[in-house]
Amino acid sequence: MLKRRLIPVLFLKNGLIVRSETFSYHQNLGNPLDEVKRYNDWNVDELIYVDISREKYYDLRRDDLRVTGKNNILDIIREISKVCFAPLTFGGGIRTLEDIRERIRRGADKVTINTAAIEDPSFITRSAREFGSQCIVVSIDYRYMNGAPKVYKGGAEETDLDPVAWAVEAEKRGAGEIFLNAIDRDGMANGYDVGMIGKAAKSVTIPVIACGGAGTFRDLIDVARNTTVSAVAAGNIFHFTEMAYPRAKDNMIRNGIGVRTN
Amino acid sequence: MIGIIDYGMGNVQSVLNGFEYVGAAAQVIEKRDDLSACSRIVLPGVGAFGVGMEALRKRGFIEALREEVIEQNKPFLGICLGMQLICRESFEFGRHDGLGWIDAVVRRIPDNTGVCIPHMGWDDITVRRGNRLLDASGSPDMYFVHSYYVDTADSRIITATCRYGLEFTAMIEKGNIYAVQFHPEKSQAAGLGILRRFAEVKEAVCC
Repeated sequence: MLKRRLIPVLFLKNGLIVRSETFSYHQNLGNPLDEVKRYNDWNVDELIYVDISREKYYDLRRDDLRVTGKNNILDIIREISKVCFAPLTFGGGIRTLEDIRERIRRGADKVTINTAAIEDPSFITRSAREFGSQCIVVSIDYRYMNGAPKVYKGGAEETDLDPVAWAVEAEKRGAGEIFLNAIDRDGMANGYDVGMIGKAAKSVTIPVIACGGAGTFRDLIDVARNTTVSAVAAGNIFHFTEMAYPRAKDNMIRNGIGVRTN
Repeated sequence: MIGIIDYGMGNVQSVLNGFEYVGAAAQVIEKRDDLSACSRIVLPGVGAFGVGMEALRKRGFIEALREEVIEQNKPFLGICLGMQLICRESFEFGRHDGLGWIDAVVRRIPDNTGVCIPHMGWDDITVRRGNRLLDASGSPDMYFVHSYYVDTADSRIITATCRYGLEFTAMIEKGNIYAVQFHPEKSQAAGLGILRRFAEVKEAVCC
Protein backbone atom coordinates (compact mmCIF):
# COMPACT_ATOMS: atom_id res chain seq x y z
CA MET A 1 0.00 0.00 0.00
CA LEU A 2 1.27 3.44 -0.93
CA LYS A 3 1.98 5.33 2.29
CA ARG A 4 0.85 8.80 3.31
CA ARG A 5 3.96 10.92 3.74
CA LEU A 6 4.91 13.18 6.63
CA ILE A 7 7.29 15.87 5.40
CA PRO A 8 9.28 18.45 7.36
CA VAL A 9 9.50 21.75 5.47
CA LEU A 10 12.54 23.90 6.10
CA PHE A 11 12.68 27.54 5.15
CA LEU A 12 16.12 28.85 4.30
CA LYS A 13 16.94 32.51 4.45
CA ASN A 14 20.43 33.65 3.55
CA GLY A 15 21.71 30.15 4.20
CA LEU A 16 20.10 29.69 7.62
CA ILE A 17 17.02 27.75 8.67
CA VAL A 18 14.33 30.14 9.84
CA ARG A 19 10.99 29.87 11.54
CA SER A 20 8.32 31.46 9.42
CA GLU A 21 5.12 33.17 10.49
CA THR A 22 2.52 34.24 7.93
CA PHE A 23 5.43 34.42 5.49
CA SER A 24 6.55 37.74 6.98
CA TYR A 25 8.33 37.16 10.28
CA HIS A 26 11.46 35.01 10.25
CA GLN A 27 13.43 33.85 13.24
CA ASN A 28 16.83 32.26 12.74
CA LEU A 29 16.99 28.68 13.93
CA GLY A 30 20.33 27.44 12.77
CA ASN A 31 22.46 25.82 10.20
CA PRO A 32 20.86 23.57 7.56
CA LEU A 33 23.64 21.00 7.72
CA ASP A 34 23.25 20.53 11.47
CA GLU A 35 19.50 20.28 11.06
CA VAL A 36 19.63 17.69 8.30
CA LYS A 37 21.52 15.29 10.57
CA ARG A 38 18.69 15.47 13.07
CA TYR A 39 16.08 14.81 10.38
CA ASN A 40 18.19 11.96 9.14
CA ASP A 41 18.22 10.40 12.59
CA TRP A 42 14.47 10.72 12.53
CA ASN A 43 14.32 8.69 9.32
CA VAL A 44 12.06 11.19 7.54
CA ASP A 45 9.94 10.27 4.50
CA GLU A 46 11.08 13.28 2.52
CA LEU A 47 12.37 16.84 3.03
CA ILE A 48 11.28 20.07 1.38
CA TYR A 49 13.56 23.11 1.48
CA VAL A 50 12.24 26.49 0.40
CA ASP A 51 14.78 29.23 -0.07
CA ILE A 52 13.08 32.50 0.80
CA SER A 53 16.20 34.66 0.61
CA ARG A 54 15.73 37.98 -1.06
CA GLU A 55 19.39 38.91 -0.84
CA LYS A 56 22.00 37.02 -2.81
CA TYR A 57 24.39 36.12 -0.01
CA TYR A 58 24.41 33.14 2.31
CA ASP A 59 25.98 32.91 5.72
CA LEU A 60 25.91 29.63 7.60
CA ARG A 61 27.21 31.42 10.73
CA ARG A 62 29.58 28.60 11.36
CA ASP A 63 33.28 29.25 11.10
CA ASP A 64 34.03 25.92 12.73
CA LEU A 65 32.40 23.83 10.00
CA ARG A 66 34.91 21.83 8.08
CA VAL A 67 32.88 22.37 4.96
CA THR A 68 33.68 25.80 3.65
CA GLY A 69 32.37 28.04 0.96
CA LYS A 70 28.74 27.01 1.36
CA ASN A 71 27.76 30.42 0.24
CA ASN A 72 24.93 29.57 -2.08
CA ILE A 73 21.93 27.30 -2.30
CA LEU A 74 23.61 24.95 -4.77
CA ASP A 75 26.41 24.17 -2.31
CA ILE A 76 23.83 23.65 0.42
CA ILE A 77 21.96 21.15 -1.80
CA ARG A 78 25.15 19.26 -2.51
CA GLU A 79 26.04 18.95 1.17
CA ILE A 80 22.55 17.92 2.22
CA SER A 81 22.35 15.23 -0.46
CA LYS A 82 25.56 13.67 0.85
CA VAL A 83 24.01 12.83 4.18
CA CYS A 84 20.27 12.52 3.54
CA PHE A 85 18.93 9.48 1.68
CA ALA A 86 15.29 10.36 1.27
CA PRO A 87 13.70 12.34 -1.56
CA LEU A 88 14.83 15.97 -1.47
CA THR A 89 12.79 18.83 -2.85
CA PHE A 90 14.19 22.31 -3.27
CA GLY A 91 12.27 25.46 -4.09
CA GLY A 92 12.61 29.20 -4.11
CA GLY A 93 13.83 31.48 -6.87
CA ILE A 94 13.59 28.90 -9.65
CA ARG A 95 12.94 30.68 -12.94
CA THR A 96 14.68 28.71 -15.69
CA LEU A 97 15.27 25.15 -16.86
CA GLU A 98 18.92 25.72 -16.02
CA ASP A 99 17.97 26.53 -12.40
CA ILE A 100 16.23 23.14 -12.23
CA ARG A 101 19.09 21.28 -13.90
CA GLU A 102 21.64 22.76 -11.50
CA ARG A 103 19.63 21.63 -8.49
CA ILE A 104 19.07 18.11 -9.81
CA ARG A 105 22.74 17.79 -10.66
CA ARG A 106 23.62 18.48 -7.03
CA GLY A 107 21.19 15.97 -5.61
CA ALA A 108 17.69 17.45 -5.66
CA ASP A 109 15.02 14.95 -6.70
CA LYS A 110 12.27 17.50 -7.20
CA VAL A 111 11.88 21.24 -7.34
CA THR A 112 8.99 23.48 -6.42
CA ILE A 113 8.08 26.30 -8.75
CA ASN A 114 5.78 29.15 -7.81
CA THR A 115 6.30 32.63 -9.30
CA ALA A 116 7.68 31.34 -12.59
CA ALA A 117 4.65 29.06 -13.04
CA ILE A 118 2.19 31.89 -12.42
CA GLU A 119 3.97 34.33 -14.70
CA ASP A 120 4.34 31.77 -17.48
CA PRO A 121 2.30 28.57 -17.04
CA SER A 122 4.05 27.05 -20.07
CA PHE A 123 7.13 26.85 -17.84
CA ILE A 124 5.42 23.96 -16.03
CA THR A 125 5.04 22.07 -19.30
CA ARG A 126 8.54 22.80 -20.49
CA SER A 127 10.14 21.73 -17.23
CA ALA A 128 7.98 18.57 -17.00
CA ARG A 129 8.97 17.64 -20.53
CA GLU A 130 12.64 18.15 -19.77
CA PHE A 131 12.87 16.51 -16.35
CA GLY A 132 9.67 14.44 -16.05
CA SER A 133 6.48 15.38 -14.23
CA GLN A 134 7.60 13.53 -11.11
CA CYS A 135 10.25 16.20 -10.66
CA ILE A 136 8.01 19.26 -10.91
CA VAL A 137 6.08 20.34 -7.84
CA VAL A 138 3.90 23.41 -8.30
CA SER A 139 3.81 25.36 -5.07
CA ILE A 140 0.58 27.23 -4.40
CA ASP A 141 0.50 29.83 -1.62
CA TYR A 142 -2.91 31.26 -0.86
CA ARG A 143 -4.72 33.42 1.66
CA TYR A 144 -8.28 34.57 2.14
CA MET A 145 -9.18 38.07 0.98
CA ASN A 146 -12.73 39.09 1.97
CA GLY A 147 -13.55 35.42 2.40
CA ALA A 148 -12.31 34.37 -1.04
CA PRO A 149 -9.14 32.27 -1.39
CA LYS A 150 -6.57 33.95 -3.61
CA VAL A 151 -3.26 32.59 -4.86
CA TYR A 152 -0.29 34.72 -3.87
CA LYS A 153 2.63 34.94 -6.24
CA GLY A 154 5.88 34.10 -4.48
CA GLY A 155 3.93 34.30 -1.23
CA ALA A 156 3.73 38.08 -1.42
CA GLU A 157 1.66 39.38 -4.30
CA GLU A 158 -2.07 38.80 -4.66
CA THR A 159 -3.33 37.34 -7.94
CA ASP A 160 -6.81 36.62 -9.28
CA LEU A 161 -6.19 32.89 -9.29
CA ASP A 162 -8.31 30.54 -7.21
CA PRO A 163 -6.07 27.90 -5.59
CA VAL A 164 -8.19 24.90 -6.63
CA ALA A 165 -8.59 26.11 -10.21
CA TRP A 166 -4.87 26.83 -10.35
CA ALA A 167 -4.05 23.35 -9.05
CA VAL A 168 -6.23 21.80 -11.79
CA GLU A 169 -4.52 23.98 -14.39
CA ALA A 170 -1.06 23.07 -13.06
CA GLU A 171 -1.87 19.36 -13.33
CA LYS A 172 -3.11 19.83 -16.88
CA ARG A 173 0.15 21.54 -17.76
CA GLY A 174 2.27 18.70 -16.44
CA ALA A 175 2.87 19.26 -12.73
CA GLY A 176 3.68 16.08 -10.84
CA GLU A 177 2.58 17.29 -7.41
CA ILE A 178 0.91 20.25 -5.74
CA PHE A 179 2.38 21.83 -2.61
CA LEU A 180 -0.52 23.75 -1.08
CA ASN A 181 0.38 26.27 1.58
CA ALA A 182 -2.09 28.42 3.56
CA ILE A 183 -0.29 31.70 4.28
CA ASP A 184 -2.82 32.74 6.93
CA ARG A 185 -2.02 29.63 8.92
CA ASP A 186 1.76 29.67 8.45
CA GLY A 187 3.31 29.57 11.91
CA MET A 188 -0.07 30.06 13.62
CA ALA A 189 -0.47 26.48 14.89
CA ASN A 190 -4.26 26.69 14.53
CA GLY A 191 -4.74 23.57 12.42
CA TYR A 192 -4.80 22.91 8.69
CA ASP A 193 -7.29 24.49 6.29
CA VAL A 194 -8.98 21.10 5.96
CA GLY A 195 -11.87 22.30 3.77
CA MET A 196 -9.67 23.85 1.10
CA ILE A 197 -7.12 21.03 1.23
CA GLY A 198 -9.86 18.42 0.83
CA LYS A 199 -11.32 20.25 -2.14
CA ALA A 200 -7.95 20.64 -3.84
CA ALA A 201 -7.01 16.99 -3.27
CA LYS A 202 -10.31 15.82 -4.79
CA SER A 203 -9.93 18.10 -7.82
CA VAL A 204 -6.64 16.68 -9.07
CA THR A 205 -5.31 13.18 -9.59
CA ILE A 206 -1.70 14.10 -8.77
CA PRO A 207 -0.51 14.03 -5.15
CA VAL A 208 -1.27 17.06 -2.97
CA ILE A 209 1.02 18.02 -0.10
CA ALA A 210 -0.79 20.04 2.57
CA CYS A 211 1.07 22.68 4.54
CA GLY A 212 0.34 25.45 7.01
CA GLY A 213 -1.12 25.42 10.49
CA ALA A 214 0.16 22.29 12.23
CA GLY A 215 0.23 22.97 15.95
CA THR A 216 -0.38 19.56 17.44
CA PHE A 217 -0.10 15.94 16.34
CA ARG A 218 -3.90 15.95 16.30
CA ASP A 219 -3.78 18.49 13.43
CA LEU A 220 -1.66 16.11 11.34
CA ILE A 221 -4.09 13.28 11.95
CA ASP A 222 -7.14 15.46 11.21
CA VAL A 223 -5.94 16.56 7.80
CA ALA A 224 -4.82 13.04 6.86
CA ARG A 225 -8.09 11.49 8.01
CA ASN A 226 -10.49 14.06 6.57
CA THR A 227 -8.89 14.62 3.17
CA THR A 228 -7.25 12.48 0.50
CA VAL A 229 -3.91 14.33 0.60
CA SER A 230 -0.89 12.20 -0.21
CA ALA A 231 1.37 14.06 2.18
CA VAL A 232 1.19 16.23 5.25
CA ALA A 233 3.93 18.84 5.61
CA ALA A 234 4.84 21.06 8.51
CA GLY A 235 7.65 23.30 9.62
CA ASN A 236 7.66 24.80 13.07
CA ILE A 237 6.20 21.81 14.93
CA PHE A 238 9.33 19.86 14.05
CA HIS A 239 11.65 22.60 15.26
CA PHE A 240 10.14 23.32 18.63
CA THR A 241 8.90 19.98 19.93
CA GLU A 242 11.27 17.38 21.28
CA MET A 243 11.45 14.31 19.00
CA ALA A 244 8.45 15.69 17.15
CA TYR A 245 8.84 13.70 13.96
CA PRO A 246 8.99 10.15 15.38
CA ARG A 247 6.32 11.02 17.93
CA ALA A 248 4.07 12.45 15.23
CA LYS A 249 4.50 9.26 13.20
CA ASP A 250 3.65 7.10 16.22
CA ASN A 251 0.53 9.14 16.79
CA MET A 252 -0.53 8.79 13.17
CA ILE A 253 0.03 5.02 13.24
CA ARG A 254 -1.99 4.64 16.43
CA ASN A 255 -4.80 6.58 14.76
CA GLY A 256 -4.86 4.31 11.75
CA ILE A 257 -3.17 6.63 9.23
CA GLY A 258 -1.21 4.53 6.72
CA VAL A 259 2.26 5.98 7.08
CA ARG A 260 5.63 4.37 6.54
CA THR A 261 6.93 2.60 9.61
CA ASN A 262 10.37 1.15 8.87
CA MET B 1 35.76 -0.20 -7.08
CA ILE B 2 32.08 0.16 -7.96
CA GLY B 3 31.49 1.92 -11.27
CA ILE B 4 28.29 3.93 -11.55
CA ILE B 5 27.46 4.52 -15.19
CA ASP B 6 26.72 8.13 -16.12
CA TYR B 7 24.87 8.11 -19.43
CA GLY B 8 23.02 11.36 -18.87
CA MET B 9 19.94 9.75 -17.31
CA GLY B 10 19.39 11.16 -13.86
CA ASN B 11 20.63 11.01 -10.37
CA VAL B 12 24.11 9.55 -10.56
CA GLN B 13 25.28 11.81 -7.74
CA SER B 14 22.70 10.46 -5.27
CA VAL B 15 23.75 6.87 -6.01
CA LEU B 16 27.40 7.81 -5.53
CA ASN B 17 26.53 9.57 -2.26
CA GLY B 18 24.73 6.44 -1.06
CA PHE B 19 27.68 4.12 -1.71
CA GLU B 20 30.10 6.58 -0.11
CA TYR B 21 27.85 6.86 2.93
CA VAL B 22 27.96 3.08 3.49
CA GLY B 23 31.73 3.12 3.09
CA ALA B 24 31.98 1.53 -0.36
CA ALA B 25 34.50 2.83 -2.88
CA ALA B 26 32.61 4.03 -5.94
CA GLN B 27 33.15 6.32 -8.86
CA VAL B 28 31.13 7.75 -11.71
CA ILE B 29 32.00 6.23 -15.09
CA GLU B 30 31.42 8.40 -18.15
CA LYS B 31 33.55 6.49 -20.68
CA ARG B 32 33.10 2.86 -21.71
CA ASP B 33 36.85 2.21 -21.52
CA ASP B 34 36.87 3.00 -17.81
CA LEU B 35 34.38 0.20 -17.09
CA SER B 36 36.93 -2.64 -17.26
CA ALA B 37 38.74 -1.29 -14.18
CA CYS B 38 35.55 -1.63 -12.09
CA SER B 39 34.81 -4.78 -10.12
CA ARG B 40 31.07 -4.04 -9.79
CA ILE B 41 28.77 -2.06 -12.03
CA VAL B 42 25.68 0.01 -11.26
CA LEU B 43 23.28 1.27 -13.91
CA PRO B 44 21.03 3.91 -12.35
CA GLY B 45 18.59 5.99 -14.32
CA VAL B 46 15.54 8.19 -14.39
CA GLY B 47 13.77 8.83 -17.67
CA ALA B 48 12.29 7.19 -20.72
CA PHE B 49 13.37 3.74 -21.97
CA GLY B 50 14.06 4.65 -25.61
CA VAL B 51 16.12 7.67 -24.66
CA GLY B 52 18.04 5.55 -22.15
CA MET B 53 18.93 2.83 -24.68
CA GLU B 54 20.00 5.43 -27.20
CA ALA B 55 22.18 7.14 -24.59
CA LEU B 56 23.87 3.82 -23.76
CA ARG B 57 24.38 3.06 -27.45
CA LYS B 58 25.86 6.47 -28.25
CA ARG B 59 28.42 6.14 -25.48
CA GLY B 60 29.37 2.59 -26.41
CA PHE B 61 28.07 1.15 -23.15
CA ILE B 62 25.92 -1.61 -24.66
CA GLU B 63 28.89 -3.70 -25.78
CA ALA B 64 31.00 -2.75 -22.77
CA LEU B 65 28.23 -3.82 -20.39
CA ARG B 66 27.79 -7.15 -22.17
CA GLU B 67 31.52 -7.80 -21.89
CA GLU B 68 31.76 -6.93 -18.18
CA VAL B 69 28.45 -8.30 -16.87
CA ILE B 70 27.57 -11.23 -19.14
CA GLU B 71 31.00 -12.48 -20.10
CA GLN B 72 33.06 -11.54 -17.04
CA ASN B 73 30.20 -12.04 -14.57
CA LYS B 74 30.86 -8.89 -12.59
CA PRO B 75 28.12 -8.11 -10.05
CA PHE B 76 25.64 -5.71 -11.65
CA LEU B 77 22.91 -3.60 -10.04
CA GLY B 78 20.22 -1.95 -12.17
CA ILE B 79 18.16 0.76 -10.47
CA CYS B 80 14.73 1.88 -11.73
CA LEU B 81 15.24 2.60 -15.46
CA GLY B 82 18.47 0.62 -15.09
CA MET B 83 16.35 -2.41 -14.13
CA GLN B 84 14.04 -1.94 -17.08
CA LEU B 85 16.88 -1.58 -19.59
CA ILE B 86 18.11 -5.14 -18.95
CA CYS B 87 14.77 -6.52 -20.17
CA ARG B 88 14.09 -7.87 -23.65
CA GLU B 89 11.86 -5.03 -24.75
CA SER B 90 9.76 -2.10 -23.59
CA PHE B 91 6.51 -0.54 -24.72
CA GLU B 92 7.21 2.94 -23.38
CA PHE B 93 6.44 5.41 -26.20
CA GLY B 94 6.58 2.71 -28.89
CA ARG B 95 8.45 -0.60 -28.89
CA HIS B 96 12.13 -0.61 -28.05
CA ASP B 97 14.69 -3.39 -27.71
CA GLY B 98 16.44 -3.61 -24.36
CA LEU B 99 19.69 -5.24 -23.34
CA GLY B 100 17.87 -8.58 -23.18
CA TRP B 101 19.65 -10.03 -20.15
CA ILE B 102 16.43 -11.19 -18.57
CA ASP B 103 13.34 -12.65 -20.19
CA ALA B 104 11.00 -9.77 -19.39
CA VAL B 105 8.95 -7.03 -20.97
CA VAL B 106 8.46 -3.47 -19.68
CA ARG B 107 4.81 -2.42 -19.61
CA ARG B 108 2.83 0.56 -18.37
CA ILE B 109 1.08 0.18 -15.03
CA PRO B 110 -2.59 -0.19 -16.03
CA ASP B 111 -4.52 2.93 -15.04
CA ASN B 112 -7.91 1.25 -15.16
CA THR B 113 -7.31 -0.07 -11.65
CA GLY B 114 -8.01 3.27 -9.98
CA VAL B 115 -4.40 4.04 -9.08
CA CYS B 116 -2.58 7.25 -9.99
CA ILE B 117 0.33 7.07 -12.42
CA PRO B 118 3.20 7.46 -11.72
CA HIS B 119 3.50 5.17 -8.74
CA MET B 120 5.34 7.65 -6.56
CA GLY B 121 6.16 7.42 -2.89
CA TRP B 122 6.89 4.85 -0.20
CA ASP B 123 5.43 1.42 -0.73
CA ASP B 124 6.06 -1.91 0.95
CA ILE B 125 7.67 -4.79 -0.89
CA THR B 126 7.03 -8.48 -0.25
CA VAL B 127 10.09 -10.68 -0.20
CA ARG B 128 9.43 -13.71 -2.43
CA ARG B 129 12.58 -15.67 -1.82
CA GLY B 130 15.85 -15.47 0.04
CA ASN B 131 18.28 -13.21 -1.71
CA ARG B 132 21.56 -11.50 -1.17
CA LEU B 133 20.46 -7.87 -1.09
CA LEU B 134 17.73 -8.02 1.56
CA ASP B 135 17.13 -9.38 5.00
CA ALA B 136 14.78 -12.28 4.48
CA SER B 137 12.21 -11.05 6.98
CA GLY B 138 9.77 -8.17 6.93
CA SER B 139 8.23 -6.10 4.17
CA PRO B 140 10.15 -2.81 4.18
CA ASP B 141 8.88 0.38 2.57
CA MET B 142 10.96 1.55 -0.36
CA TYR B 143 10.75 4.75 -2.39
CA PHE B 144 9.31 4.28 -5.89
CA VAL B 145 8.93 6.66 -8.83
CA HIS B 146 7.84 4.91 -12.03
CA SER B 147 5.02 4.51 -14.54
CA TYR B 148 6.26 1.27 -16.13
CA TYR B 149 7.05 -2.09 -14.57
CA VAL B 150 8.99 -5.23 -15.39
CA ASP B 151 6.74 -8.13 -16.42
CA THR B 152 8.51 -11.47 -16.40
CA ALA B 153 7.24 -15.02 -16.77
CA ASP B 154 10.45 -16.29 -15.16
CA SER B 155 9.30 -16.29 -11.55
CA ARG B 156 12.60 -17.82 -10.40
CA ILE B 157 14.40 -14.52 -10.81
CA ILE B 158 11.84 -12.48 -8.82
CA THR B 159 13.05 -11.88 -5.27
CA ALA B 160 10.50 -9.25 -4.21
CA THR B 161 7.22 -7.84 -5.47
CA CYS B 162 5.08 -4.79 -4.80
CA ARG B 163 1.35 -4.28 -5.25
CA TYR B 164 0.11 -1.11 -6.93
CA GLY B 165 -2.88 -1.69 -9.18
CA LEU B 166 -1.31 -5.05 -9.87
CA GLU B 167 1.44 -7.19 -8.39
CA PHE B 168 4.69 -6.27 -10.10
CA THR B 169 8.38 -7.15 -9.87
CA ALA B 170 10.21 -5.00 -7.32
CA MET B 171 13.52 -6.90 -7.22
CA ILE B 172 15.34 -9.36 -9.43
CA GLU B 173 18.34 -11.60 -8.87
CA LYS B 174 19.77 -13.76 -11.62
CA GLY B 175 23.29 -14.93 -10.98
CA ASN B 176 25.47 -11.84 -10.84
CA ILE B 177 22.62 -9.61 -12.07
CA TYR B 178 20.62 -7.69 -9.47
CA ALA B 179 17.93 -5.11 -10.19
CA VAL B 180 15.47 -3.02 -8.19
CA GLN B 181 12.51 -0.99 -9.41
CA PHE B 182 12.62 1.39 -6.42
CA HIS B 183 15.38 3.83 -5.49
CA PRO B 184 17.60 2.36 -2.75
CA GLU B 185 19.57 5.62 -2.71
CA LYS B 186 16.36 7.40 -1.64
CA SER B 187 14.98 4.71 0.67
CA GLN B 188 16.72 5.65 3.91
CA ALA B 189 18.26 2.84 5.98
CA ALA B 190 16.39 0.04 4.15
CA GLY B 191 17.75 1.26 0.83
CA LEU B 192 21.26 1.94 2.06
CA GLY B 193 21.32 -1.66 3.34
CA ILE B 194 20.77 -2.84 -0.23
CA LEU B 195 23.65 -0.71 -1.50
CA ARG B 196 25.89 -1.97 1.29
CA ARG B 197 25.06 -5.63 0.61
CA PHE B 198 25.57 -5.16 -3.13
CA ALA B 199 29.01 -3.72 -2.38
CA GLU B 200 29.76 -6.87 -0.38
CA VAL B 201 28.31 -9.67 -2.57
CA LYS B 202 30.89 -12.24 -3.49
CA GLU B 203 31.37 -13.52 -7.02
CA ALA B 204 28.35 -14.78 -8.87
CA VAL B 205 26.69 -18.10 -8.11
CA CYS B 206 25.19 -19.48 -11.25
CA CYS B 207 21.44 -20.10 -11.10
